[in-house]
Amino acid sequence: MISASLLTEFQNLLGKDNVLESESDRHAYSYDAAVLDAVVPELVLRPTNSEQLGKTVALCNENKLPMTVRGAGTNLSGGTIPTKEHGVVILTNGLNKILEINEQDLYAVVEPGVVTAKFAAEVAKRGLFYPPDPGSQAVSTLGGNVAENAGGLRGLKYGVTKDYVMGVNFWNAEGEYVKSGGKTVKCVTGLNIAQLMVGSEGTLGVYDQIILKLVPPPVASKAMLAEFDDINKASETVAAIIANKIVPCTLELLDNATINLVDDFTKAGLPRDAAAILLIEVDGGHIALVEDDAEKVVEICKKNGARRVQMAKDAAEKNKLWEARRNALPALARARPTTVLEDATVPRSQIPAMIKAINDIAAKYKLQIGTFGHAGDGNLHPTILTDKRDKEEFHRVELAVDEIFDVALSLGGTLSGEHGIGTAKSKWLEKETSKATIIYSRRLKKAVDPNYLLNPGKIIGG
Amino acid sequence: MHEDLHQLAKMLHELDDQMVACMKCGMCQAVCPVFSETMKEGDVARGKIALLENLSHEMIADAEGVQDKLNKCLLCGSCAANCPSGVKVLDIFFKARVIVNTYMGLSATKKAIFQGLLTKPALFNSVLDVASKFQGVFTKTANEVIGSSCSRINAPVIGERHFMPLAKKPLRKLEPALNTRPGKGGYRVAFFPGCVIDKIYPQVGQAVLKALRHHELGIYMPAGQACCGIPALASGDKESFDKLVKCNLEIFEKENFDYLLTACATCTATIHELWPMMSGDKTESMQERIAALAAKTMDVNKFMVDVLKVAAPVQGHGTKVTYHDPCHLKKSMKVFEQPRALLKSNPKVEFVEMPEADRCCGCGGSFNLQHYGLSKDIGKIKRDNIVASGAQVVATGCPACMMQISDMLSQHGDKIAVKHVMEIYAETL
Repeated sequence: MISASLLTEFQNLLGKDNVLESESDRHAYSYDAAVLDAVVPELVLRPTNSEQLGKTVALCNENKLPMTVRGAGTNLSGGTIPTKEHGVVILTNGLNKILEINEQDLYAVVEPGVVTAKFAAEVAKRGLFYPPDPGSQAVSTLGGNVAENAGGLRGLKYGVTKDYVMGVNFWNAEGEYVKSGGKTVKCVTGLNIAQLMVGSEGTLGVYDQIILKLVPPPVASKAMLAEFDDINKASETVAAIIANKIVPCTLELLDNATINLVDDFTKAGLPRDAAAILLIEVDGGHIALVEDDAEKVVEICKKNGARRVQMAKDAAEKNKLWEARRNALPALARARPTTVLEDATVPRSQIPAMIKAINDIAAKYKLQIGTFGHAGDGNLHPTILTDKRDKEEFHRVELAVDEIFDVALSLGGTLSGEHGIGTAKSKWLEKETSKATIIYSRRLKKAVDPNYLLNPGKIIGG
Repeated sequence: MHEDLHQLAKMLHELDDQMVACMKCGMCQAVCPVFSETMKEGDVARGKIALLENLSHEMIADAEGVQDKLNKCLLCGSCAANCPSGVKVLDIFFKARVIVNTYMGLSATKKAIFQGLLTKPALFNSVLDVASKFQGVFTKTANEVIGSSCSRINAPVIGERHFMPLAKKPLRKLEPALNTRPGKGGYRVAFFPGCVIDKIYPQVGQAVLKALRHHELGIYMPAGQACCGIPALASGDKESFDKLVKCNLEIFEKENFDYLLTACATCTATIHELWPMMSGDKTESMQERIAALAAKTMDVNKFMVDVLKVAAPVQGHGTKVTYHDPCHLKKSMKVFEQPRALLKSNPKVEFVEMPEADRCCGCGGSFNLQHYGLSKDIGKIKRDNIVASGAQVVATGCPACMMQISDMLSQHGDKIAVKHVMEIYAETL
């Protein structure tokens, strides 16, 4: 239990309104977007400036309170679910200032609670571009994106969050200030701690400021939709596009199950008998080059067996082509009460093998699984539609998930492309890596967080 | 005091099938006007649903805390309109309010208003008629363009509000009951003005009637209409809500007509959507009667444009007019093109869009009474967007929004008039 004097101390530090202690308030921070059991924190703390954040961390450390930092709580692997014993949630949504957008040097400095889409819009206003676009960008925070190394639809061409992190200044477990990276393109000063922070899921430090790289935006884009009778042909098309030295900014795939669910939902007249559709978008710095690329892509699609290819003529048509992809998750999510959204990722040449395996697993466990995702980077989202209240069915879901990961690993893939490991996938981590990897990671963790208070239990267990 | 939480939990179980559809993705945070001010998870749909689930699974004992959070909601439906998994958030919240607020008990004030006054239309009307005669004694004009008032004295409920005064004569006195046959217009429509138009904005009702007469429609506007029931239902008082539904149903069933029109987005949404939704405990024949009237209920803007097809666009010059989307029109009933079409059909109107036109104004009925500070913070954003549009007039389709927007503009001393779309349309006739 948190003592009355400690509670007062937090209240004096943060103001009464920013210390949530009532049962109903705490229950609202017991979950995130992962399908996992909730854990109610003992206290929820909301610092509103850097100094308060540092002191909050120090106070938690002194009182041995495990800290889970939370932005928007959209995590899909349980990373923002608090720790069972005396867990405290530190909210970052009071730290939501964009401190600098530098148009000469192409970087921005932000606090961790800035919402991704708001940041991207501010950057766009200045004629610049911040490409990472995770599905939750309308609410997700940049701190959360860095902690999870979030991806998105533009990963293939533009990379993921880690490719834009130039520096991270953070509070260590004791509440002391650590600086890493900087504002220059080249910077080899000290260990590359900034990149160690990326994807660390709150286990190594509490971010205070993040320095992000910005790039000039593309000026033109073209979108196409290709239908295939055979998923192998879709996959060969993906490989052929890249082999032709064209890197689309978006290369999304919807499988037959997803196409049908989206069509049920939107009644948009999608090709229900197609084995797969690819949504392809190319962009670039010059309209003529982009049009050239787009025509080549259409040709490649046809040559590789696409039965139909549509190219959007204008913004309205482009919007229409995107409709199927935009509605993939909403359609899947509406089909059954519980949506288990996985993100097993394989080398892109293995997509047909992966999708075949997923469909076999669905049949074996009598489950409905729709798969969509980022075909260009092999990051698929097999989405299991179920009802978590049906214990027997949910057990089959768990078995199916185990098997999906086994297959992904056997195909040279990985457990998670962009959702993180958290607690949901930590049990498989050794299978993908090695015993020594876990031990090495735990030693690292122990060295910087001897009391095991920074989001303990996440990624590496322990 | 509330030891028997088990009973409450059991009642909440009936919402389980609807609540389980929430996948906790958190996308509602992007659009919730209350969350954007407080930044607290318990104030957004995902948090409220999680709390209700925990209450129904007896994992939480603080029923009062859950009740507070449940009631701290504008019921604007922005979350439902933006929900990837299509959770029927408003269904859940209305039903949960009935369950939780009934269990915890209505406040004495609400009980007095809903059960003692609102459900007795004749008494309610006469009380407010008397009030309209005395209001000048306590209030003074605050803004001539808007026509708002503020308190001369330190009145506890009015506080700093710049409220719209009660009309000197309510619509019901200006326009007695009507029951006419259609002319060339062909249709016969019933008109439900609703409380706010009747008592505060009778000119809106008159504009609607002018349009209906102009188009030579048959009009049925019976005397003795009661409130649509939304204030009672939003407070969880199902008993009063049911009485109001029944009272209105009986009056409107006396005659035949093609459409039941209202000029109040909230009344339309309530009759069209909430009446059938809340009728599950009624007999089959009662459910059918409610469904039949609900199906005929239509927003007057939609009727003008979709049924009468009257709004031909013209190149307007003159007054710059912007439009605010009431949540109950756009998010609940997907009506947003029709009011704009009506405005654009007026040659003296230069239509301009404001930023975030469909952002909630922050009124939310009794939310404004219980959480005025928050309501005002949300309303300030709407006010800023209206000012940014450069408009001289802001039009909308809901008298409740008109009251809130008038308060916000008036407090900032803005000389921007607030009108109903039908008032501007009627000018062209």
